[in-house]
Amino acid sequence: MPLALVLVLIVVGSVVFHFLSPWWMTPLASNWGYIDSTIIITFVMTGAVFAAVILFVAYCLYRFRHVEGRKAAFEPENRRLEGWLTIVTAIGVMGLLTPGLFVWAQFVSVPPGTTEAEVVGRQWQWGFRLPGADGRLGSTDARFVTDDNTFGINPDDPAGRDDILIDGDYLHLEQDKPVKMLLRALDTVHNFNVPEFRAKMDMIPGSVTYYWFTPTRTGQFEVLCAELCGIGHPYMRGGVVVDSPEDYQTWLAQQTTFEQQSAKAQDPETGTRLASR
Amino acid sequence: MAEITGDPGRAIPPAEVEDIELPHPHSWWTKYVFSQDAKVIALQYAGTASAIGLVALILSWLMRLQLAFPGALPFIDADAYYQFITMHGMIMVIYLITAIFLGGFGNYLIPLMLGARDMVFPYVNMLSYWTYLLAVLILAASFFAPGGPTGAGWTLYPPQAILDNTPGQEAGLVMMLVSLIVFVIGFTMGGLNYVVTVLQGRTRGMTLMRMPLTVWGIFIATVMAMLAFPSLFVACVMLLFDKLLGTSFFMPSLVEMGTQLNYGGGSPILFQHLFWFFGHPEVYIVALPAFGIVSDLISTHARKNIFGYRMMVWAIVAIGALSFLVWAHHMYVSGMNPYFGFLFATTTLIIAIPTAIKVYNWVLTLWRGDIHFTPPMLFALGFIVTFLNGGLTGLFLGNVVVDVPLSETLFVVAHFHMVMGVAPILVIFGAIYQWYPKATGRMLDDTMARIHFWVTFVGAYLIFFPMHYLGLLGVPRRYFELGDMSFVTPSVHDLNIFITIVAWIVGAVQLLFIFNIFWSLRHGKPSGPNPWRATTLEWQTPQTPPAHGNWGKDLPVVYRWAYDYSVPGAPEDFIPQNQPGQFGAEAHRR
Repeated sequence: MPLALVLVLIVVGSVVFHFLSPWWMTPLASNWGYIDSTIIITFVMTGAVFAAVILFVAYCLYRFRHVEGRKAAFEPENRRLEGWLTIVTAIGVMGLLTPGLFVWAQFVSVPPGTTEAEVVGRQWQWGFRLPGADGRLGSTDARFVTDDNTFGINPDDPAGRDDILIDGDYLHLEQDKPVKMLLRALDTVHNFNVPEFRAKMDMIPGSVTYYWFTPTRTGQFEVLCAELCGIGHPYMRGGVVVDSPEDYQTWLAQQTTFEQQSAKAQDPETGTRLASR
Repeated sequence: MAEITGDPGRAIPPAEVEDIELPHPHSWWTKYVFSQDAKVIALQYAGTASAIGLVALILSWLMRLQLAFPGALPFIDADAYYQFITMHGMIMVIYLITAIFLGGFGNYLIPLMLGARDMVFPYVNMLSYWTYLLAVLILAASFFAPGGPTGAGWTLYPPQAILDNTPGQEAGLVMMLVSLIVFVIGFTMGGLNYVVTVLQGRTRGMTLMRMPLTVWGIFIATVMAMLAFPSLFVACVMLLFDKLLGTSFFMPSLVEMGTQLNYGGGSPILFQHLFWFFGHPEVYIVALPAFGIVSDLISTHARKNIFGYRMMVWAIVAIGALSFLVWAHHMYVSGMNPYFGFLFATTTLIIAIPTAIKVYNWVLTLWRGDIHFTPPMLFALGFIVTFLNGGLTGLFLGNVVVDVPLSETLFVVAHFHMVMGVAPILVIFGAIYQWYPKATGRMLDDTMARIHFWVTFVGAYLIFFPMHYLGLLGVPRRYFELGDMSFVTPSVHDLNIFITIVAWIVGAVQLLFIFNIFWSLRHGKPSGPNPWRATTLEWQTPQTPPAHGNWGKDLPVVYRWAYDYSVPGAPEDFIPQNQPGQFGAEAHRR
């Protein structure tokens, strides 16, 4: 009996909590509003099922609790009812899956004309690389990594010389311009995660993974590593700044290329080696 | 309505299996320690699993303290924190829940419920327990190894698991891998026994479709474990080679802290596939026994046949088969080919259908029942709530695109604790309240049982329900401390403190439960052979607790399914399976 009451309280309390909770998704800053919509659809459908089933249980517990002289019914099967429940559930599941797969199809198909930006993860910092004037990123391999070449860019690949490197600083992206993030890790698995963009993907040493999105509002966003990468994992933070097109061009003009940085590192006059930054 | 005849039915002569074939104990040692009696082995499994489970409970207390009050306890540094979460996860999933369901309840209930004298291979069964104990001891010893136990996370993902900057990456990790390998060997010996006993050891009349759902759940879970654990086994062996011999199964060329390592050509994702090919069936290896047991608890205490028995059996079989086709839903953001997402989201959501059928049938069993709020029933009902909640949040994470923002957040932590932590553990408690009288001849104290239930059930819901919303906000899991994050407001810290306080209370009430177990051994009310007035064979043994060999001279003969409760026209509201006569479902069908 008290359990019936508690179950009603659980349903009511959970629904009230859902609407009053101060904890909710961070304000969206990318084109993935569809993901948020799919989450809302899922909340509505699963919430309705949860409430319906638990309230039904609560009713049964109240109505059919043991009292002197009660005898349970004897009904081993009810094919009709079981069949209907199966069909209704299958329809509900399809109702969740179908929009989900449509959004996923968008998530995995990068639109033509998308610019590229590379993220390089290593314990416990983020580096970024943008294609230079030739519009192409040079090839890379962990074996090329040295103190002067922390990104592991192939020194013999001409496409890599004009690549723009951002090491130990925030990545800037242009508002409303779709970007494909190429994800690479040098030492262990990391995950480039900006909660406001809703997209994330592991970065695996030895391969290049990706996702794409369009930043939709300007501002500064926090990068959190989302794959356990050793004891420094919680401190692997970084930032992404989404700029208006003008601000972006201003920022881009101040960045240096791989070639410039190598020259600087080899020049004894300027002295500071990249690795000691 | 059932056609009732007064004909008591012709009794079939019992199958005689000579009691003398059993390896009877000849001394205290062979009776209580190196015993070949499945019931003793069951209690050894359950005791060992509970003991190591207590360690996991204490670890969860400590990490909740760190999350609520970062830095309050100086000995919890990042190293210790990651060691705690790793060991907590591994102990709970494998060494406690898997071991207690299959080794504990499987050993105790399979022979008794099927009318067998024992498992078919008693000696191998004994070896299974001692091998399991060895695995637990190796695991426990790793706490005292140089560098401590591994802190790689319970998933042990390479490359990080074997690199520097992971605590316990030398001795701790090696001991973990060896312990898992030993566990799989021990489990295989036990699992073979359970499967062969179910297929070959049933008494006369006990057809497969008359077996209690408890046996069905344990049986299919064991078959699954026999197919899934080898995958964990090879993953552990290969990782051990990478660690000790310098092979590169899972290791690409990499640069650690500026140093080129001597690895190259391996695939970290290969490990993840092997791990989750075991890891996802593992969820159902834990869930199916719980499904089976909870079906029997609900039926017994609602005094009503389980609704849709055949559908329940086929749902268990379907879930078991489908669960081998969904593993990569743990890897949607792992960097595997994203087109896998279509396939695995579809299979994952399809598995929701047989799972939902099970929930409906439990609920419909309550409809027009005669519900007794006994401690086992309370826990079974608590299971429905937490399992339904956790199952529904699984529809978020299984739907690939929804998983992307939620993966690696506290939403995942809340989901899997609700569905494969709290829910199966509530069933374990319910099952202990149910069968303790059979194993000891005494009832557990009712008042302590009710306190235990209310605090555990309500507390667990208060811990894990709000936690989903922290995950929705984006709070990451596996963070030693949150530090400054733009979206982490003071209210997040307040909620963390609340969760920690509730977690301490819920943990503490488990000590009351353990006290009850020991106290009732002496002071519990005598239970008699069948305190719950249940139909299944284990309640019909000539002695309580049952003697070695279970049945005296003659094996029982089974005349009916396990769910003849409240049969119209029957003199009592239950008919034991071994009672002849044309009452009940099978007369009904005719």
